Amino acid sequence: MSDKFILGGVVFNSRLLTGTGKFAAKSLIPGMIEASQCEIITMALRRVDKTSRDENVLSYIPKEITLLPNTSGARNAEEAVKIARIARAAGCGNFIKIEIITDMKYLMPDNEETIKATKILADEGFKVLPYMMPDLIAAKKLEAAGAAAVMPLGSPIGSNKGIQTRDIIKLIIENSDIPIIVDAGIGRPSHAAEAMEMGADAVLVNSAIACSSDPVKMAGAFKKAVEAGREAYLAELAEVHDTAYASSPFTGFLEA
Amino acid sequence: MSFLSTIKKYDDFSFEDYASGITEEMVLSSLKKEELTSKDFLNLLSPAASKHLEAMAKKANKLTVQHFGRTIGLYAPLYISNYCTNHCTYCGFSVKNKITRKQLTLEEIDTEAGQMAKTGLKHILLLTGEAKGLTEISYLADAVRVLKKYFSSIALEVFPMDEDEYILLRDAGVDSLTIYQEVYDRDIYSQVHLSGGKADYHYRLDTPERGARAGLRAVNVGTLFGLGELISEAFFSGLHARYLMDKFLETEISLSLPRINPAEGGFKAKYTLGDREFVQFILAYRLFLPKAGINLSTREKEEFRDNLLKLGITKFSAGSKTTVGGYNDDGDSTEQFDTSDKRGVDEVAAMIRNQGYQVVYKDWEAMW
Repeated sequence: MSDKFILGGVVFNSRLLTGTGKFAAKSLIPGMIEASQCEIITMALRRVDKTSRDENVLSYIPKEITLLPNTSGARNAEEAVKIARIARAAGCGNFIKIEIITDMKYLMPDNEETIKATKILADEGFKVLPYMMPDLIAAKKLEAAGAAAVMPLGSPIGSNKGIQTRDIIKLIIENSDIPIIVDAGIGRPSHAAEAMEMGADAVLVNSAIACSSDPVKMAGAFKKAVEAGREAYLAELAEVHDTAYASSPFTGFLEA
Repeated sequence: MSFLSTIKKYDDFSFEDYASGITEEMVLSSLKKEELTSKDFLNLLSPAASKHLEAMAKKANKLTVQHFGRTIGLYAPLYISNYCTNHCTYCGFSVKNKITRKQLTLEEIDTEAGQMAKTGLKHILLLTGEAKGLTEISYLADAVRVLKKYFSSIALEVFPMDEDEYILLRDAGVDSLTIYQEVYDRDIYSQVHLSGGKADYHYRLDTPERGARAGLRAVNVGTLFGLGELISEAFFSGLHARYLMDKFLETEISLSLPRINPAEGGFKAKYTLGDREFVQFILAYRLFLPKAGINLSTREKEEFRDNLLKLGITKFSAGSKTTVGGYNDDGDSTEQFDTSDKRGVDEVAAMIRNQGYQVVYKDWEAMW
C-alpha cells in the first residue's frame, strides 16, 4: 500500500495533523500524538515560552514529529512574515502555517493578506501552508504564489459545525494541483471522515481533540476516521441518488 | 455612534417591571438558544433565572471549554503611581483621601518588575491613578519600555486618554486596555464622580473605542458592582461588550466583574452583589457572549475563586498587590482596594492544575 501523503516534498504516512492548543495540561500532548499517529503538529509561536521547561510546549513534542509553527496573532502579511522568520531562526524548521486573522468575532482568515505573505515566504524557501477562507480564486492564487498546500476552513474555528463549506471545498479539491488540508470546524470524527471522503488530502484537528474529556481516546478516534475516509475515497464511493435506481436498466432491451 | 445611544434607548425602560414579567418559560427558552438576544440576556440576569443556575452552569462550562479549552490565563496588576486628581467617593486613591502618595521611578519599576517576573508571570496589568500632570504619557511609555524586558503582554488600566496617546503607548509596547465604566447609570455616575477628569461620563464611555481604534488588540470592560442597580449594570456591561465586538471585529473583548471591597475612605456601597447573583451574572455573560474572555480578580475570596474556575472564567489574577511598590515592600503606601485571595502565583497555579486545567502564563507576544 503506497498511499503516502506528500507535503512540501516530505513523505508522511498520516493524513491527520493536530495542534497543541487548549489542552487541560501540556503533558497530555505526547499521549495524544501517540494515539493519533500524527506526524505533523501545529503550535502558535506567540504562545511558546522558551524561558521555562515546564511551560515550553516544545518539550512535549517528540523529535521525529514535524513542527508546523503558525502565525496566530498576525493581522497582516508583514506580521505573519516576521513570525515565520522568527520560527525558522528558532529552529522550528521550514514549514509554516499562515494564519492572518483580523476578525476576533468569527476568527475568519484574511485571504488577501494571506496571499501576500505566502508569496514572500515561499520565495524565501518556506513550505507554506496558508489557512484560508474557502474561495477557488484565492486558492489558485495561493497555489501560484508557491503554497505547499492550502488549508480551507470547514466552518469557523472552534464551532464544531463540520464541513459547512462543502461545495466550495470540493471545487478547490477538483481544481488544485497541491494538497488540500481541511482545517477548522471539524468537531467530530465523522466530519473528518467526510472531508477525506470528499478527496481532501488531509485534515487538521485541534479543538475537537484537545477539548474532549479524553483527548487521547478522541485522538485515536480521529485517526481511524481519517483512515476510513481516505480508504473510502480511494475505493471510489458509490454515488448518492435522490430517487430509486432500477438495477435492471429501462433501456436494456436496446442493447440486446 | 457611541454606546451612549444604546444606553439612551433604555432611558424609559423599567428593568423592575420587565423583571416582574419574566416567566419560567421565558427563562428556559433563553437558556436553550444558541444565540441570545439582549432580552434573553436580561432574562438570564433576572431573579427568575436564579432557579436555573445549575443548567446555566452546565452550558457555560461547555461553551467555555469549546472556545477556550480547559485553560486559565494568569496575570497580575502592577501599580506604579497612586497620585490622583479625581474625587471619586468609592476609591482609595481619591484626591480627598489623606494617604501616602507615591510614583515609582523607572529604576523602582525595574525592581518591581524583576520581583514579579520571578513568579513566572508573563502578562501584567499596569495601573496608576489619574494625575496627568504628574503621571505623563511619556512617563507611562518609559515605564512600558522597562516592563517589556520582563513581560510578553502589557495591559493598561490607567486614566482614559485620546486615540493618539493610545497609539503612542501601543508603539511603546502596550497591547491591551482595561477601562471600567464603574457605573453605567448616568445619574449615579455624577453622584460618585464629584470632580476631576473622571467626571466626564461620555468621554470615559467611549474610551474602549478609542483604544480599539488605536490598534490595541484587546479591550476589557465592566461595571464596578455596588454603585448602581445590579441587574441593569450587568446588562449594560454585557451590551457594551457586545457593541464593541460588533463594531471592532479585530479587537478581543473581555469583561470583568469587580465588586466593591472595603477601600480607604470608608465608602458604603448602596447595592450589594451577593455570591449567588455574582455567579449568575458570570453565567449569563458566558451564555450571552460565548467567545468573550471573563477575568476574575483577587478581590474575590480563595474558595469562591476556586469554585468559579469552571464556570466561564478565562483569566485569573494571582499574587496581586494593590499598593504602589507592593512587590518589593509590604507597603508604606495605601491599597487601592483590599484583596481577598492572598495566595502566591504558584499556589493559584497549583489549584488550577488540580482542577484539571492548564495554567497559561503566556498567551501573547508581539513578535514584530
